[in-house]
Amino acid sequence: MAVSMPEKVPSGMEEVTILRPPKEWEALNLRDLWRYRELIYFMTWRDLKVRYKQTLLGASWAVLRPFLTMVVFSIFFGGLAKVPSDGIPYPIFSYTALLPWELFTHALNIASRSLVVNSHMITKVYFPRMILPFASILAGVVDFAIAFIVLLGMMVYYGITLTARVWTLPLFLLLAILTAMGVSLWLSALNVLYRDVGYVTPFLTQFWLFITPIAYPASMVPAKWRLLYALNPMTGVVEGFRWALLGTASNSQSGAGFQTLSLAGLQVGGLQALVIISGLVSLAVLISGLFYFRRMERLFADMI
Amino acid sequence: MSDLAIRVENLGKRYHLGAFGAPVIRYQTLRDTLSEILSSSSKPRVSNPQSRSGENGSPDHIWALRNVSFEVKKGQVLGVIGRNGAGKSTLLKVLSRVTDPTEGQAEIHGRVGSLLEVGTGFHPELTGRENIYLNGAILGMKRVEIDHRFDEMVAFAEVQQFIDTPVKRYSSGMYLRLAFAVAAHLEPEILVVDEVLAVGDAEFQRKCLGKMSDVAQQGRTVLFVSHNMSAILRLTEETLVIEKGKLALRALTPRAVDYYMAAGFSQEGERRWHADEIPDQAYPFQPIALRVRNLQGKVSETVRSVEPFTVEFEYHLAASMVGLRVGIYLISTRGEYILTSFDTDDPVRFERFATRLPGHYISQCQIPADLLNEGRFIIAVNASCFRVKRYFQDEQALVFNVEGAGAPGMQWPEPRLGPIRPRLGWKITSIGSFED
Repeated sequence: MAVSMPEKVPSGMEEVTILRPPKEWEALNLRDLWRYRELIYFMTWRDLKVRYKQTLLGASWAVLRPFLTMVVFSIFFGGLAKVPSDGIPYPIFSYTALLPWELFTHALNIASRSLVVNSHMITKVYFPRMILPFASILAGVVDFAIAFIVLLGMMVYYGITLTARVWTLPLFLLLAILTAMGVSLWLSALNVLYRDVGYVTPFLTQFWLFITPIAYPASMVPAKWRLLYALNPMTGVVEGFRWALLGTASNSQSGAGFQTLSLAGLQVGGLQALVIISGLVSLAVLISGLFYFRRMERLFADMI
Repeated sequence: MSDLAIRVENLGKRYHLGAFGAPVIRYQTLRDTLSEILSSSSKPRVSNPQSRSGENGSPDHIWALRNVSFEVKKGQVLGVIGRNGAGKSTLLKVLSRVTDPTEGQAEIHGRVGSLLEVGTGFHPELTGRENIYLNGAILGMKRVEIDHRFDEMVAFAEVQQFIDTPVKRYSSGMYLRLAFAVAAHLEPEILVVDEVLAVGDAEFQRKCLGKMSDVAQQGRTVLFVSHNMSAILRLTEETLVIEKGKLALRALTPRAVDYYMAAGFSQEGERRWHADEIPDQAYPFQPIALRVRNLQGKVSETVRSVEPFTVEFEYHLAASMVGLRVGIYLISTRGEYILTSFDTDDPVRFERFATRLPGHYISQCQIPADLLNEGRFIIAVNASCFRVKRYFQDEQALVFNVEGAGAPGMQWPEPRLGPIRPRLGWKITSIGSFED
């Protein structure tokens, strides 16, 4: 793992690239990713540009998807099943969670297919392959921004004022993006080898929806299961979003369960502990995903 | 700073053979992997990945490239020729970093621009302008570089008035010109070009060749792969001949082309189509094989100019077809069409085979003796219903050699111009003589 391939040896003015058989595990070669940063921009822009071509409603789909889900959740979970919502009106309670969730599932669905869909590029031109899943995720962030404007409208409607905590929101957004990147790297690389991934992903997202506090508050989960529950990085993201925007966890019992959570002997505050665990899991998935992707990258052009 | 642009040492690339014998690794399902793991205990697989048993390694591997070493100097335009599947494209893929070598190494001095295909990443919904930026970025250009050369590219492609139209509304010619324009304005130190000239009309090809020689004159290194021998002869001074994954010859281009044309690369004289090579719209027509048989009836890649030979096309019809015609085109290696012939050209046969029932068929056609000049020829096949549908077409189904021994004029050992060499009836009349 010591030597990266291809390595760049500067010699005078020109750059020399040495091509040799790859090692089992490669260094991440982030330099090439940086060199091709403009391509990330162009691919993201292409994804956005093309996504809603020849659709009647265009970019409003970015809002409609979470909004309609919110309506359904509000009727069935909030209205009929009387699921508690930490004292927040159920529609805004679920919509706040659906925003990062949509970002995440969208990334999983699009990014996991990104390599296979763009196979013609992979077999013809060199560029860091990570650009493809990354660009799909960034395109999802733009959708997120559009849907976020609706959330602000809802907050005005329900009379919820923003607090200073809103400045922590980018942190939770970043956590959502990093989680999406980690999972997408794994899924997209696996999809090149095993097309089963295409069938697994819808299941995975559906299953993941249930183990994430979207339709219900995290406070409903029994205390003894909370540590296990916190291993899902999206739990930290969703609870963080609610905390930053709606002020949950402080004015309700939702964070209470986490308040005395003992993490390796450390006594950490409720949400803090949750976010730390989520962050660590997310980082682990991301780093392992980066290395796995790099390891499989050399096979892509031959296998796809 | 050395004057070397590329140094390749013992380069090798090995592919696993897929389930259908194609030299690619097919994607597998988890079930396949699990069953492989389960069966591997009883049937030990080749453990040493570098094993050199046999010509092509172990049976489930194929070396697309092996022990290839060469150097290219800065500013040199090097041609690469070899028949389909010889490993030319694999070599270019390794050099342009699309795929990694399995053994050996290559040293590349400078930025490589690869033109393995024009229009990579073009999206039909985006406009010409948008695709220029996108395609440029994919090929490794910086945004400012694209800005800088934008007008030049548009002018080259001659699509000024359509630049803000989605490319899905472009004619195929416009699309190609635009795609090539972006690629042609890349300015890397090393340009790797694969057969981009095989597409487009004659006018477009002339333009592309012109652009290529401009690039060469600017002192940049070019690696140029083509089946178009006249383009190779025009653009390159030196040429590599790749044969079965190995470097067979490196010589001045005229000699390399002669070698390539004359070597009679032992091909079986048969082309078979795999299920995945047949497009869906071919149904119910299923091509099976195309063969060239010599006078003795043996399948052969080389036939004699002075003997008749047979071209046979074997196919299967999954349903009965009305008005089907199955035919061949004979094409020279320079891309000139020599003849077109269909199996129902004859009015009697046209009536008799108006409807073909489902089943297995062979359409055979005899090419008369004393027709073709010595050299290599390409057979293309076509199965269609006139003005209804073209079911199947393969522009380069099979390549074969014609050997000239005994042909008219062989007493002079010189190449004869033109693809045909018929035995024409000459008459020499002496009108008066000074002897009288």
